[in-house]
Amino acid sequence: MKKFLKLFFYIFFLIPFLPQVYAAEKIEYLTTDWSFKGLFGKFDRSALQRGYHVYTEVCSSCHSMKYLSYRNLAQEGGPEFTEAEAKAIAASFEVTDGPNSDGEMFTRPGKLSDKFVMPYENVKAAQAANGGAYPPDMSVLVKARGGGVDYIYSLLQGYEDPPPGVTLDDGVYYNKYMYGNKIKMSNQLSDGLIEYSDGTKATVEQMSKDVTTFLMWAAEPHLESRHKMGFKAIVYLIILTILVYFSMKRIWSRIETKV
Amino acid sequence: MSDHEYTPKSNFGKWFNDRLPLLTLANHLTDYPTPKNLNYWWTFGGILTFCLVTQIVTGLVLAMHYIAHADMAFDSVEHIMRDVNYGWLIRYIHANGASMFFLAVYIHIFRSLFYGSYKAPREIIWIIGIIIYLLMMAAAFMGYVLPWGQMSFWGATVITNLFSAIPLVGEGIVTWLWGGYSVDNPTLTRFFTLHYLIPFLILGLVVLHIWALHVPGNNNPIGIDVKKPSKDTVPFHPYIVIKDAFALLMFMIVFAFFVFYTPNILGHADNYIEANPLVTPAHIVPEWYLLPFYAILRSVPDKLMGVIAMLSAIFILAALPWLDTSKIRSAVFRPLYRQFYWILVADVLILGYVGAMPAEGLYLLIARVATAYYFLHFLVILPILGYKERTLPVPLSITEPVLGGSSNLAAARDDSRLEKLK
Repeated sequence: MKKFLKLFFYIFFLIPFLPQVYAAEKIEYLTTDWSFKGLFGKFDRSALQRGYHVYTEVCSSCHSMKYLSYRNLAQEGGPEFTEAEAKAIAASFEVTDGPNSDGEMFTRPGKLSDKFVMPYENVKAAQAANGGAYPPDMSVLVKARGGGVDYIYSLLQGYEDPPPGVTLDDGVYYNKYMYGNKIKMSNQLSDGLIEYSDGTKATVEQMSKDVTTFLMWAAEPHLESRHKMGFKAIVYLIILTILVYFSMKRIWSRIETKV
Repeated sequence: MSDHEYTPKSNFGKWFNDRLPLLTLANHLTDYPTPKNLNYWWTFGGILTFCLVTQIVTGLVLAMHYIAHADMAFDSVEHIMRDVNYGWLIRYIHANGASMFFLAVYIHIFRSLFYGSYKAPREIIWIIGIIIYLLMMAAAFMGYVLPWGQMSFWGATVITNLFSAIPLVGEGIVTWLWGGYSVDNPTLTRFFTLHYLIPFLILGLVVLHIWALHVPGNNNPIGIDVKKPSKDTVPFHPYIVIKDAFALLMFMIVFAFFVFYTPNILGHADNYIEANPLVTPAHIVPEWYLLPFYAILRSVPDKLMGVIAMLSAIFILAALPWLDTSKIRSAVFRPLYRQFYWILVADVLILGYVGAMPAEGLYLLIARVATAYYFLHFLVILPILGYKERTLPVPLSITEPVLGGSSNLAAARDDSRLEKLK
């Protein structure tokens, strides 16, 4: 019966994973050595900074990141640009503000407290500019896709010529990792597309990795403190559990019953 | 239910206790005689209390920052995740806490099923428990709607639409539930209100659940009545308190692992996409803890009958004390029931699995067989088993099989069976 109970326990713990197993749809995604996985996972600062570079140069012309502010770029656990750098980044964007005392809207250079400037006024404008497809907001994109970081990383490198027999409409592209293989975003990355300021070679693979790391941070800005706190919390709980276990043994030793 | 009268020592204590017997209550709770052979499956009652309190406390903090409006709910959740101090922690505890709560409640329910804790004189405890479970499902479902993601929206649409199966008035009821002609802002605000209310109803019912428990006292792994207090019992404090604390800490380690290292694994990725009434997700799947009932719902071709089957699957549990005709409580002494019990466990797990799969082909067939078996177990197997089964001899007391008592207890003294009692 003890075996049964163990089995029972394991099965119960497996249930939650079943839908996820299913959601993955058995597609093998590309993966890489993500620095933020594991018990002590942390973001690679330079990857985050390069990832931000890729985002502003490439993605941000269509994809918004409406939940991020420029101040986040200097925040602990993020790309950790210096405050001066973050201010300079913010100031390089034109932000619409107002209305002023004359009731007019005006533009001014961005400040740290501003949200990332949106590429389009609204969803309709974004759709109109992209053949009816809305480029999704990227703030939580990594968490909003079944395969997570591996999916995004694969998708960016998954462009291929369509296999024979597959016809694509105008403005539709073939991507082997996309659900249904048809995607309205064209291949955006090519080797040497941008020039990294730290001298890293901007291969498609490198850029995909960097920008995906950046997106992971954008979706989980507190990941590092979560991992740190989690380790402490679990170690604390384990020690307490051991102490309570021996207290329990001691208390139950007063009577002739095993506990 | 201590036999002795309690009198506080201090004069103030006496004065106070004569007017409001709180000290008598506290004394009852600490002295409460508990069978000393309770195993770790009995610790989930305490764990569930912890879960409820955790959900209420974290929920209170979340409610201070959350905005129940269709245009702002999703944004406010992201605000909690990013800008509220430790908001991510509070929200992840609350979201994973729901799953932990259900994990614990399922173990608690299946423990009752194994040891016959629902049988006389504990029927009322059991029925209150079923009502709590129903309210938990309602609270969890409405809570899942609040972040206003795609699964929130479409889950709410699917579940509320079930009421349209009611003949004649169904459509009207659905419109009334929604507060409009589709799931929209009025639906969200009322779900938020109810989500806030239900936990306090549960809390009240938990008090009744424990009160009703303290009248006959705990059942125990060998399922016999124990004299209280006696050699067979230990006072709740410190024996059971420390044991519950130990089990709770083990549970918290698992809980913490989910919160800190895989906080989103129990949720669905689509719920990080803001609700969009114009785009239906590829698969609308409820949270894992509702999957067995979802499978039952979908296994019946007719919508109304499906809803009736799903609700019956829950309500049938309330009739369990009368459907199970066996006088013996614990499955330890019921060799046949024990086997059917494990088949039922497997059946429910299978239902949960197919509930997550598309309702087609082989999955649908499996779901139908498993649904039929679920009802067969409660409506046919259990009533017949009570009459047909040859049960094993039951010991007269908890201490007796250990110390060796009367001669007919050879079976109970058998070591292998003693193993099972632990």
